[in-house]
Amino acid sequence: MSLDKATVASIATLARLRVPDDRLEPMVADLNAILGFVEQLEQVDTASVEPLASVTGHSLPQREDAVTDGGYPDRVTANAPDPAGSFYAVPKVVE
Amino acid sequence: MAGILDLDLVGARDALRAGDITSSELTAAYLARIEATKDLNAYITVTADRAMAMAEASDARLAKGEGGALEGLPIAVKDLFCTEGVLTTAASHILDGFKPTYESTVTAKLWDAGAVMLGKTNMDEFAMGSSNGSSYYGPAVNPWRAAQDAGTRLVPGGSSGGSAAAVSGRAALAATGTDTGGSIRQPASYTGIVGVKPSYGRCSRWGIVAFASSLDQAGPMARTVGDAAVMLSAMAGHDPRDSTSAPEAMPDLTAGLEQGVKGLRIGIPAEYKVDGMPSEIEAIWAQGIAWLRDAGAEIVDISLPHTRYALATYYILAPAEASSNLARYDGVRYGLRVDGDSLAEMYANTRGAGFGAEVQRRILIGTYVLSAGYYDAYYRKAQRVRTLIRRDFDEAFGQVDAILAPTAPSDAFAVGANEDDPVKMYLNDVFTVPASLAGLPGASVPAGLSARGLPLGLQVLGRMFDEPMVLRVARALEKAAAFTARPAMLEGV
Repeated sequence: MSLDKATVASIATLARLRVPDDRLEPMVADLNAILGFVEQLEQVDTASVEPLASVTGHSLPQREDAVTDGGYPDRVTANAPDPAGSFYAVPKVVE
Repeated sequence: MAGILDLDLVGARDALRAGDITSSELTAAYLARIEATKDLNAYITVTADRAMAMAEASDARLAKGEGGALEGLPIAVKDLFCTEGVLTTAASHILDGFKPTYESTVTAKLWDAGAVMLGKTNMDEFAMGSSNGSSYYGPAVNPWRAAQDAGTRLVPGGSSGGSAAAVSGRAALAATGTDTGGSIRQPASYTGIVGVKPSYGRCSRWGIVAFASSLDQAGPMARTVGDAAVMLSAMAGHDPRDSTSAPEAMPDLTAGLEQGVKGLRIGIPAEYKVDGMPSEIEAIWAQGIAWLRDAGAEIVDISLPHTRYALATYYILAPAEASSNLARYDGVRYGLRVDGDSLAEMYANTRGAGFGAEVQRRILIGTYVLSAGYYDAYYRKAQRVRTLIRRDFDEAFGQVDAILAPTAPSDAFAVGANEDDPVKMYLNDVFTVPASLAGLPGASVPAGLSARGLPLGLQVLGRMFDEPMVLRVARALEKAAAFTARPAMLEGV
C-alpha cells in the first residue's frame, strides 16, 4: 500500500494542514517510508485478540454531572490571538 | 560556596535543612551556571526573578524549621508542562506567546513541596523526537563530547533533551521530563543521568501538553536514583482532574532503596538482542547482568516474543493519538494565527506554518490511519498487537521481579544526524517503546562509557505500579556501576 501525491494532499486537507506543493513530494516519500515500516504488523496473527486501549485496568471514574469549574471568561480567552470581549473572533463564516 | 553545584538533590536538601547553605545561594549558583552553559541551549525560558523569589520564600520557611520534601531545591521543568503566567511552548512555533492561566498538577505539586523553578527546558516539538532536533528553538546540545572528536556537538537525546542536558551540565539540580516512547529514558542514557518513567497513571497528565494520551507519562530526571525517588514521590499521586490517573497510593520509594537484589529474579529478554546491535551495547548489558548476579540476584532468561513489533505498533498508535490531540491548535484560542480568506484557510495556514516537519508527518500519518477504510487495518490492528505486547510482559512477570535491558541501541549521535530519515530516527526507541506500550515503569541508570567515552545507560523495567522494585534494582546497578565519569565541560565547576 503506497500513497500518491493526490492522496497525501487529501489527507492534508482532512488534517487542516497546508502543505505547499514543493513540500508535497518529500512528504509523500516520508509517509510511504513510515507506512512501509509499520506494515510488518500484517505478519502478526491477531484474529482472536482484543484491542488494548487502557493499560491500567481501571474503568473510567464517574462523577455527578455538575459544573465544577468556570466563570472566568477573561482567563479562558487570555491567550486568544484575536479576542473580542469574552469571545473568540474568527474570519467571517456566513456571507 | 565552592562545590555547591556538586551537591546532588538529597545532599542539597540535607545541607539546606542543616542550615549549611541557603536556597538563595544555591539558586543563584544554578542561575549563574545556566548563563555559563547557554551554548547547551537547554532552556527555552529562564525564570530567574521567580526563582530568586521562590528561593527567598523557601529560606524563610527553612529558617523556621518548616518546609516540604523539596524545600528550596532549584529544578527545571520541561516546556511541555503548563506553568501559570510563564511562557509554555512545547518547543513549537504554534504556541507562540502562550502563557497558561493555570498550573499543571505535577508542577503544582513540586512547588507545594517547596521546589524552586529555574525555567522551562528545550525539547523536541510536542515531544516528537529522539534527538531534540525538532525543536523550533534549535537543538539542545549534550554536555558530553566524544574523547577523540571534541569539536562535534552531540545530541542529548529526546524528547526531554533540554532537561537531560541541564541536569548533566549542572544547570539544574534535577528536572521533570515526560516519556511517551522513551523520552525520559533515552536522553538519560545519552547524558549519563538517571531517568524514571513511572507506570502509566502515576503522575497526573492534567496541564501537560498532550501528545499521545494513552502513553504520555511524567517522571523525574536526576543525578542519582535516590534523587529521582525523592522527586517522583512529590510528583506522583491521584488527581481527579485526570480521568486516567491511578487511584493506587504510591508506596514509599526511599525506604526500600538500599535493600539490594539478593534473592530477586531478574529477567533477561532474548528478543532485545537485536540484529546489528553494537558490541559495546551488548557488553554493557552483560556487565549489568554480572553486577546483579554478583549482588545475589538470580538471572532468568525470558522471552518477550512480540518485541519486534513494538516500534511499528507505536508509530501507528502515537501519531493517531497525536493527530487527534493536536486538532486543538487552530489559531483561534491560543498561540500563532496565520490569516486566510476563510475559516478553513485560516486553520490550514496556521497549522501549516506553526507545526514543524516531524509533527506534520505524524499528524498526516495519524489522520490516515484513523480515516474511514483504514482504521481497522492500521489503528485497530496496532491496538490488538499492543494487547500481545502487554501479555508478553504479564507472562514474564510471572517468573521475574524485574527486567534488565539496554536503554538505547547506541551512545549519543551528532547534532543533525538521522534527521533526513524518520524511520532511522524511530529505531532509537527500540528498547524503550515496548514498556511504554505496556504502561510499565522503567528507569535508566548510567552504567559505563562507550569506546568514544560517552555514557551508556541500562534500563530496569518492573511490574505495573511496582516503582519501588524498579528503583531498588536501579539503585543496586548504580552502586555496582559506581559511575563517576563527568563531561569534560564540568572541569573546574
